[in-house]
Amino acid sequence: MINPRTIAVASGKGGTGKTTVATNLALHLAQSHKAVQYVDCDVEEPNGHIFLQPTISTSIPVTVSVPEVDLAKCTGCGKCSKLCQYKAIVTIKDNVLTFEQLCHSCGGCTKICPVGAIREKPLPIGQIESGSTDSLEFLHGRLEIGSVRSPSLIHAVRQQVNKSSVVIIDAPPGTSCPVIASVQDADYVLLVTEPTPFGLHDLTLAVGMVRQLAIPFGVLINRSGLGDDRTQVYCRQEQIDIIAEIPDDRRIAQAYSTGRMILDAVPEVEPLFAAVAERIVS
Amino acid sequence: MKIAITARQPDLNSEVDPRFGRAAFFLLVDSESLQWQAINNDATNVSGGAGIAAAQAVIEAGARAVLTGNCGPNAFRTLQAGGVQVYTGITGMAEKVVKDFNAGLFEPVREANVDSHSSTRTQG
Repeated sequence: MINPRTIAVASGKGGTGKTTVATNLALHLAQSHKAVQYVDCDVEEPNGHIFLQPTISTSIPVTVSVPEVDLAKCTGCGKCSKLCQYKAIVTIKDNVLTFEQLCHSCGGCTKICPVGAIREKPLPIGQIESGSTDSLEFLHGRLEIGSVRSPSLIHAVRQQVNKSSVVIIDAPPGTSCPVIASVQDADYVLLVTEPTPFGLHDLTLAVGMVRQLAIPFGVLINRSGLGDDRTQVYCRQEQIDIIAEIPDDRRIAQAYSTGRMILDAVPEVEPLFAAVAERIVS
Repeated sequence: MKIAITARQPDLNSEVDPRFGRAAFFLLVDSESLQWQAINNDATNVSGGAGIAAAQAVIEAGARAVLTGNCGPNAFRTLQAGGVQVYTGITGMAEKVVKDFNAGLFEPVREANVDSHSSTRTQG
């Protein structure tokens, strides 16, 4: 088994237990004397810090480029407007309007302007914060409220990752752009699911995504016993490894709801995390 | 003057389409001569920037006013830059809308009356 250094914890359906698994797996590995960095890529609503309670030592602002037009130089030729695929810059009569929230920062308009009337200006999108607990390193992104640039911030967060540690990435839910930005180029993806029809439906979408990205993956069934065995049947049919099953236990939900690590509140889960670590980090 | 009415079908018997950016059709009507033509809205299925694209289309077609149900903030800003008056809350059959417009029954609005992407969301 290869020694995966970057493990992304993802899911299809939200609320299946990604953060529970990611934070507790990171803590277990750190307690087993591995150098570990927990990275929360759910930049729209990071919550890992609630459970790990890191001391934050650095905070860096992150910006993306959006166009700024010098109307004195602009000749109204409309080339920028024709080039833009997103309607982020449009020429209307004598005016040039920019719509910063639609801009994808390709820089094309700045290059195509024949008179150099467009320059790039920075648009703040959020912060990257790093720090540590007494056993592991911590990193997360916080997206500015109202910003839509999650993938850009996630890319910036991942550039700050400590590649010499075992990295546990806590991904956002679903299969859209922020998730792709969080899991791409990981060594392994652990898909956390719940054994319900909704959970299974969304798991199949996540499996499709991870196969498309060609990353080795396995499934962890959380709240096992809650539903039926259709998830296990599906995994068997698709030849997908079920890495572990965490039983449906009210004490786990209680611990989560009070911001406690389940390794502390329900120590019986420790062998489960040891088994997960053995199978995917070895 | 030329006015643009958002429409579900490409003719004057059509109901006003309550959307602007993703309206099915625009009816371009000369409010004096009552000559008219319908144009397709090519922006209906784009993932973003539909309001801006629709506004560009009606400005390009020479409209000086837009009559519709709802108009979002990006469309409104673009129409304003193009010198187009916006009338929201317009309902009923397009032909009657033209009559009522000529009778001065409508007031233009000063801002968008819905948020971005509102036509793509379900009620409640």
